[in-house]
Amino acid sequence: MHPRWYMSGKCNNKTLPSNKYRVTILSYGDPISGSCSDARMNQLLPPVTTPETPRCARPELSGVLALACALIFLLMTPALRAQDWVKTGTGLGVDKVRLAVADFKPSSSDPQNDALLKTFNDTLWNDLDVSGVVELVSKSFYPLQVPGQPVDVNFPAWNAPPPNAAMLAFGSFGVAGGKLTVQGWLYDVKNTGSPQVLGKQYTDTPSDDAARVIAHKFADEIILRLGGGIPGIAESKIYFVSDRSGKKEIWVMDYDGSNQRQVTNLGSISLSPRISPDGTRLAFSSLTKTGWEIKMFSLELNRLVSFPHLGGTNLSPAWSPDGLKLAFSSSRGGSPEIYIADSNGTNLRSMTANKGPDVSPIWNRKTGAQIAYVSGATGLPQVYTMETDGTNQQRMTDQGYAVSPSWAPNGQFLVLAWERKYGPGDPGALDLYLMDIASKQWVQLTHDGGRNDSPSWSPDGRHIVFQSSRSGKEEIWMMLANGDKLRQLTFTGRNTQPNWSWK
Amino acid sequence: MKHASKQWFALAVTLGAILALGACSKKAAPPPPPPPPAPPAPTASLSVNPSSIQAGQSATLSWQTTNATDVSIDGIGAVQANGSQSVSPMDSATYHLTAKGAGGSQEATARITVTQAPPPPPPTAAAPTDEDLFSQNIKDVYFDYDKSDVRGDQQSSVLGDVQFLNQHASISFTVEGHCDERGSTEYNLALGDKRATAVKNALVSAGVGASRIKTISYGKEKPFCSESNEACWQQNRRGHLVYQK
Repeated sequence: MHPRWYMSGKCNNKTLPSNKYRVTILSYGDPISGSCSDARMNQLLPPVTTPETPRCARPELSGVLALACALIFLLMTPALRAQDWVKTGTGLGVDKVRLAVADFKPSSSDPQNDALLKTFNDTLWNDLDVSGVVELVSKSFYPLQVPGQPVDVNFPAWNAPPPNAAMLAFGSFGVAGGKLTVQGWLYDVKNTGSPQVLGKQYTDTPSDDAARVIAHKFADEIILRLGGGIPGIAESKIYFVSDRSGKKEIWVMDYDGSNQRQVTNLGSISLSPRISPDGTRLAFSSLTKTGWEIKMFSLELNRLVSFPHLGGTNLSPAWSPDGLKLAFSSSRGGSPEIYIADSNGTNLRSMTANKGPDVSPIWNRKTGAQIAYVSGATGLPQVYTMETDGTNQQRMTDQGYAVSPSWAPNGQFLVLAWERKYGPGDPGALDLYLMDIASKQWVQLTHDGGRNDSPSWSPDGRHIVFQSSRSGKEEIWMMLANGDKLRQLTFTGRNTQPNWSWK
Repeated sequence: MKHASKQWFALAVTLGAILALGACSKKAAPPPPPPPPAPPAPTASLSVNPSSIQAGQSATLSWQTTNATDVSIDGIGAVQANGSQSVSPMDSATYHLTAKGAGGSQEATARITVTQAPPPPPPTAAAPTDEDLFSQNIKDVYFDYDKSDVRGDQQSSVLGDVQFLNQHASISFTVEGHCDERGSTEYNLALGDKRATAVKNALVSAGVGASRIKTISYGKEKPFCSESNEACWQQNRRGHLVYQK
């Protein structure tokens, strides 16, 4: 008896109905699902070379091929599921580790301890959860006795089901004598002979902030070791625009949305914050008495530093990866064009000369040799790339309304805001798309409605922060670069144009 | 500009208010229906002149009917078959005439728009300032979506503006470029810059001195209205001319 097979989903099409992209094959009436996303993304990503197989079967292929395809899926399913749906190149060759994170044990009975310990445990768990590199084992599977010291670790209770953890993070946390001391370990619980991967001790003055910072540092140590050697982002910052003070000012927060504070207080409209690669200066655009000018804020001096008055409308500054140059849009010559200047505003050179507005440049942060930007040269705005001397201008998007490119840290991808079917009477929904620069192939990352715009990559290339109106008003959200682990970071006022620090 | 007047008109109706300069008259004189065999149906027409007054002024309401035995106007009562009457409503109003005859009845309406009277001029009444004249005479220039070229139906606004500006050569002003809410903040600011420059260029090429004109883009930062529909978006896609003190 030959099994019947059916397919659902469109494996060869670029339009993905949902962010988990599946083929369902029914045999003898039993549904078995396998992911064909990897085959698709392999076509998209040059470094992963699987040229022909296991490309998704098409309905017109022979039943034999379909069966073979199904078999491959069946064999590969657990591995495929463990990998990023979109490979950003950072997790290649690394399976997600099953990590158990035991709540740290209080090592003192100081009255401050409980509240700070909760902050610490929550922050550590969240950092590891959103990192995208580990699979956290649910706390409901943990044994009742969690260790606070290495001697307390009961290996069989962790390395066998139900937790079946490969790694265990644990430690102790205590305020004593006005000092907060945290000891943390990472154990390879399947290697009972030599289990310790990491052992750290931190001391600080006890405060909520210190508890969070220590949790971030410890999380980053774990992620560095379990995530293929790429540093974590738990100590990175996100700059953004907020109107919660009544005017649009530049604000900053920790990458997880905590610790939000106002940076500028100009009482005007300040937009497009871009943090310098070394994290010391913030370039942005602000409305002055004479028009939009580029402003420069020193985070070391905590004040504006001089930047020349350029005239015209000056918008959307972008740092070169060496921090020596700025690209931005200026209409000082009559029409908004892309200019490059030294980071002190001298040596201005215009790079484009189009009929339409040119805006939103972003440097290739891997090579520093190309710039992506938005141009209305042919009508609706499209995303282009060019060399930093203005040559080799290439249109990347083929239709619709495409804006706000952000260049991935690995240099291979752009993420951009795109409305592929833009026109009169359209409600104006924008979604985020990931584009492979070499092939111009793309994949849609957001599907959940609202206007999604202003994406910015995390330093590890695994996350994207962006603004979305999906909750009813513009707020800042983050997600993994494959669209998973979506979470809202801001809730007060309208918050837009997030920009992730470079490290 | 047609679009804009309609919007103002609608506002005036709903709010009973009172700020608009423009006005519309609704001429309600439906053509007489084809004569029935017998008896002839009544006809009626009602008009008000002028159709727009300031509060406290009066206008003349006139009506003509035929084949009617019983003619009445709501709020006034029974009237002659043909006639006229002076009215001075304090608010915008619609007059409604009903003519009844042996052949049936016929209705007619006329609308009067009442604008708020300006505050009484101070005893030493000064001539209107340049700023007043500017706001009374200058029209904004509207754009198609994602476009920054001055479209054909906006040329009359531009010509009117040029005429006024050439007669008042001492006035300096700013052209603000505005955009609707769709698309990115940054692209809309660049587009608004193109729109402001396009209006400036149109005025300069018609003889207005470039040194009198500043431009600025507001992108979608300072919209005139905030609904998500085409009528509102059109309001927000404009070159807005602002008197410079």
